[in-house]
Amino acid sequence: MNINTTKIISLLFFIFSAFYLYTAYQIQVFAFDENAPFNARTFPIYLGYAGLFFSGLKLILPDPNTIKVDHQNLEYKKTGILILIAIIYGATILKVGYFLTTSLFLFASYYFLGERRWILMFLLSFPFVAAFMYLLHGILDIYLRDPFLKSIGVMG
Amino acid sequence: MIEGILIGLTTALTFQNILMVMVGCFFGTIIGMLPGLGPMTAIALMIPITYGFDPATGLILMAGVYYGAVFGGSTSSILLNAPGVPGTVATSFDGYPMAQQGKAGKALAIAAWSSFAGGTLSAIYLLFMAPSLSKVSLSFRSPDYFALMILGLTAIAAFSSKGQFLKAMMMVVLGLMLASVGQDSLSDITRFTFDNMNLTDGISFVLVVMATFAMSEALTIILKRNDPTSAAKQVSLTELGSIRINKEERTKMYKTIPRSSIIGFLIGVLPGAGATIASFLAYGMERNVVSDEEKEKFGKGSVNGLSAPETANNAACSGSFVPMLTLGIPGSGTTAVMLGALLGFGVQPGPRLYMTNPEIFWSIIMSMYIGMVILLILNLPLIPYIARILAVPKNYLIPLILFFSVTGIYVMSFNNFDIYLMIGIAVVATFLRLYDFPMPPLILAFVLGGLMEENLRRSLLLSNGSWEFLWDRTLTACILAITILIVIWHIYKTFKKKN
Repeated sequence: MNINTTKIISLLFFIFSAFYLYTAYQIQVFAFDENAPFNARTFPIYLGYAGLFFSGLKLILPDPNTIKVDHQNLEYKKTGILILIAIIYGATILKVGYFLTTSLFLFASYYFLGERRWILMFLLSFPFVAAFMYLLHGILDIYLRDPFLKSIGVMG
Repeated sequence: MIEGILIGLTTALTFQNILMVMVGCFFGTIIGMLPGLGPMTAIALMIPITYGFDPATGLILMAGVYYGAVFGGSTSSILLNAPGVPGTVATSFDGYPMAQQGKAGKALAIAAWSSFAGGTLSAIYLLFMAPSLSKVSLSFRSPDYFALMILGLTAIAAFSSKGQFLKAMMMVVLGLMLASVGQDSLSDITRFTFDNMNLTDGISFVLVVMATFAMSEALTIILKRNDPTSAAKQVSLTELGSIRINKEERTKMYKTIPRSSIIGFLIGVLPGAGATIASFLAYGMERNVVSDEEKEKFGKGSVNGLSAPETANNAACSGSFVPMLTLGIPGSGTTAVMLGALLGFGVQPGPRLYMTNPEIFWSIIMSMYIGMVILLILNLPLIPYIARILAVPKNYLIPLILFFSVTGIYVMSFNNFDIYLMIGIAVVATFLRLYDFPMPPLILAFVLGGLMEENLRRSLLLSNGSWEFLWDRTLTACILAITILIVIWHIYKTFKKKN
């Protein structure tokens, strides 16, 4: 059997399905529901077996369309940085507020993607987010939590 | 009936009402383009405003908002691969690749014309078949729905790219697994939450669709930036905004639109089925009936592949008004909100509405149709400008896509956990996409997961745990037979190609 990344993904999915199936069997159901034709664990159990079946087949059967990915040409560093910025954005958005974090997230993302036109970067972050916030909060009446703007008295 | 139609037209075609539909279309398109805000939210936002008008004007405003939001959703699917609502997911399969090839204007024009044609044809079906179809829709039982969902999932997997059936089925199972997270709908028992309160309500659709489509697409573009074989090419600005559909493309659409509108309308009539299943089934069927040469283009910017789900989606929207108006049963979330608005206006939908108040029935139908006509007139000239979103340099476009994705989740939950979960799913999806694991089956399975479990539960409880319900009813057996035929046909085609 030829081992390629697709097979490894299938193996991981097989292990994941086995774990899912194990967890499905652990779901606590009410005593009166235990022997019912259908309870909270029935459908997940079927899904667990289906996952084992399809990933098992993918593992066993030959793979005629092997996908080759040239890792040399992939931009792992920039993608990683972007994901990291997004995680920091997610971590600070509630505490700091929508306006400042979103503007800084956009500004930092433009910078790390190689942009250096500062004025354009600024316009497409702070004023852009302010306009977007006005659309959501001011016009559509969708609440946006923003402790920062509240602390400086811009938002009620 | 003719008298009712004329009364409906007279009501809808006053200056005030035409102005309302124009305003509605404009705001609907803007709201629909924002991730996480689909037609349902758009209509819900308009309800307090409409109560200031008389019922006909209020309904006409909502009709404009509704069709505007549907078109706006298709626009973000085509331009950014960011479908905000399940009904426009299938649009992105061929719409987005077409936009990437520098044909964004054309893709939007095909979507607009297909939606319009789908809506027009379904309005004609509605005229003649509404009362009788409401009876047919009531004959559908849980086993039939369950079989219909199996058919939808198998079709999307079987019709995925060559040699990807097993990968697609794995994605179907993964989508159903994700849908099973959270409280069980009947017993309220929590499943797969691992004592995390944030997972008790399950994972939201917008989160999964943003992660697997918009965010993972943005990450893939960055990842493959230096890949010479990648599709990230500089698009031509002159071609980008062109809305010209050539003769060959028109011929393809003429064939696709009638069959997709029938599927869309019939699925829309079934309570609970809705535009999502209709668009996926139409896409799957279209791939099945076109020539082998055209089949190869599916997923890479096929005209048929874009036209079919857009037609079916709109036809299903009109179809879903059949159970709402004739039975008082909303066929989808959007029609449920509309039903609430109708009740607020003092209009009681039900079997008697069609008989006792035909003028109200036809006013609603006509206002929906006029909304669609105005939308086409308003939005076609704007397409060249909307399409230029793609001309924004990638250094700006990618962060903006990420920003829209995160905002979509943030305004829904105000929760850090959902943002982390979205990033996590997006990273896994990006990796899976690198190895050609298709995402559409995952999304369809995620959307159908809850409904599928509910219908299986009812079927098994009614049959006392026996699986005989699968062939007890003729309708269920027929749907399952079609499913089996699709799988056999797929296996046969695969072996035939190998030999």
